[in-house]
Amino acid sequence: MNKPARGSLLGIEHMEDEEILGLLKLARRMNPLKARPLLRNKKIVLLFYEASTRTRSSFEIAAKSLGAITTLVQSSGSSIEKGESLIDTGYTLQALGADAIVIRHPAAGAPHLLAKHLDIPVISAGDGMHEHPSQALLDAFTILKHKKSFKGLRVAIIGDILHSRVTRSNCYLLSRFGAKITLCGPPEFVPDVAATLAPGLRVTRHIEDALRDTDVIMLLRLQKERLAGQKIRVQDYVERYQMTAPRVKLARRDAIVMHPGPIIRGLEITSEVADGPQSVIMEEVRNGVPTRMAILARALGKAK
Amino acid sequence: MPNDKSKSRSLLIKGGHLIDPAAKINAPMDVLLRDGHVAEIALPNKIRGEAAEKFDARGLMVAPGLIDLHVHLREPGQSYKETIASGTAAAAAGGFTSVCTMPNTAPVVDTAEWVAWLRHPERGAVVNVFPIAAATRSSRGAALTDFAALQRAGAVAVTDDGKPILDDDIMRAALRLGAELNLPVVQHAEDTRLTEACSMHEGPTSFRLGLRGMSSTAEANVVERDVTLAQEIRESRLHVAHLSTADALKAVRRGKRAKARVTCEVTPHHFVLLDQDVGEYNTNFKMNPPLRAASDREAILVALADGTVDAIATDHAPHATHEKQVEFEHASFGITGLETALALAITKLHREHKIPLTRIVELFTAGPARVFDLRGRGSLVRGNFADVTIFDPKKRWTFEADKSRSLSHNTPFDGWQFTGKVVATIVGGKIAYRTE
Repeated sequence: MNKPARGSLLGIEHMEDEEILGLLKLARRMNPLKARPLLRNKKIVLLFYEASTRTRSSFEIAAKSLGAITTLVQSSGSSIEKGESLIDTGYTLQALGADAIVIRHPAAGAPHLLAKHLDIPVISAGDGMHEHPSQALLDAFTILKHKKSFKGLRVAIIGDILHSRVTRSNCYLLSRFGAKITLCGPPEFVPDVAATLAPGLRVTRHIEDALRDTDVIMLLRLQKERLAGQKIRVQDYVERYQMTAPRVKLARRDAIVMHPGPIIRGLEITSEVADGPQSVIMEEVRNGVPTRMAILARALGKAK
Repeated sequence: MPNDKSKSRSLLIKGGHLIDPAAKINAPMDVLLRDGHVAEIALPNKIRGEAAEKFDARGLMVAPGLIDLHVHLREPGQSYKETIASGTAAAAAGGFTSVCTMPNTAPVVDTAEWVAWLRHPERGAVVNVFPIAAATRSSRGAALTDFAALQRAGAVAVTDDGKPILDDDIMRAALRLGAELNLPVVQHAEDTRLTEACSMHEGPTSFRLGLRGMSSTAEANVVERDVTLAQEIRESRLHVAHLSTADALKAVRRGKRAKARVTCEVTPHHFVLLDQDVGEYNTNFKMNPPLRAASDREAILVALADGTVDAIATDHAPHATHEKQVEFEHASFGITGLETALALAITKLHREHKIPLTRIVELFTAGPARVFDLRGRGSLVRGNFADVTIFDPKKRWTFEADKSRSLSHNTPFDGWQFTGKVVATIVGGKIAYRTE
């Protein structure tokens, strides 16, 4: 048992402001098309216990752009299937010479557990319903391309807050720099306790209320795989909370529409909004690469 | 069971301060033990009888042997976590002279044979072991076990601990049969229909950590239902295990006011720790019932002081390292507790919250003895069993998990500094533990 290795990224909540700002600054200098091979011959393992398209390929492209070697280990087709514990898998990968591990895991706190037992940096690519720090960083990066600063910025996060690690990370990040966040959805998805997540958070059930004067609209997918026992009628949800073009008009004229993906068209968002002029959803995906390049460069001490 | 075999042996405990709440004694007294029983209690230097051995208890508190109503000694079947020998050694080190064992072993203790097996001298117990047997076969919650046979074999109560009895009819039947036999039914109150996949208390901390939370309601609903049944069924005896919420306490109070035979226990970790103490997924803070909110802890402290709580019980639940060093959601529920219970009570309840030592001793002795009718225990009146705990209420010490006598080290209290330490534990007149 030890402290996480320097350069680990387990969550936004306990990061210093300077660390976050430093990463965002570094990300702005990263260009996947003409990157210096800062991580040449470094071995980065992508340890994925959960399905992922964006995050996994984004980390992989980021690592390779910097000259690193990547290995993908997934729960199916590895010894994880045979019952190997997370810690033992970590020891094995470390013994194989991994310089850093990027982990996606369905259990909250799994990256913390790994980091406590390994000497190499551990980077969370999302743990259960807890945090998704690299997504929050790329979202912050994206917002700053469109908005001057976070101070006083009105952000509405709409949908399944309860199960959303993206929301937790985004709330920790944006609220500390002065954004005013409104969480919106039915009580099953947005329990009152959600308001305790960070200072200055507000909960509302009414989408009109959430959207009024808002600068940033963040939408979330309904996570069917985490709905254990919850009874939500999809039709009701669509009627009350789906982001439609008329609803976008309730926000400020220069509001941006964000979504961590994958989007389910016709459910939380209409195609008109997803593909519309205010949508920055594809930009978020693109920004994932320089952001994750910055995260990996910092993790391996090449952030100069 | 180590018991009354110490014939012709006598021990004089001299110079100590006796706290025996059941006998209403709180004064300097000498205690003479002979042949496994209390032979005489008298003012200092007034004991006439000769003693083979003397124990100098000057500056120390002498109390009836502590009784723990709720321990998991993991035998039969899970001796990699704990054995009766190792668990009772830990009990002795913690000042306990009697422990009541939970039946959720492998197999479940649901027959008279297994009850007898638990009590057999070959198990190597160094304190008294009182088995609690399963209330339903294999604790599946469907068919009641043979309460009468289990009781004859030595079971002091029945429970499906860990698997609450949710079915109204089964619980009613258990309380009815228990009433006939004067046998307490112990309930682990948790509506498991509401707690699926949950790993801690539901509140701001669980939300922040992204962990599914068990609501207070899941405990309170079951206690409410059980208290109502206990009021309905004449002479039935309900004991609420490890009560952890303010709402459940309300239900217990309601039952007690109505003169139903309802008792309850609370654990040291619930009167000391809060849900937020799990920190960054520390699995040594994961147990069931989970650590609760500050308002629950407040209510428990009040109930400990005012008499609503009948006993402090540890819910000693040893687990191997590999069962705890895993993802929080996958980690086993439970912590060890035998060696830290009295120290936590003295440090927190007495020194911090000013609950008198006499009340604390009552919660560990007369209180639990009454809950399960442990005759001849919980008080040191003449003729009772020679079970004595001697402790120093001012001694400062640091608990080190790796020096624990338990086979497992899953405790949240590793490295904690305590005031109040067990000096000697005497079981049936024989010294079972003595501090180095």
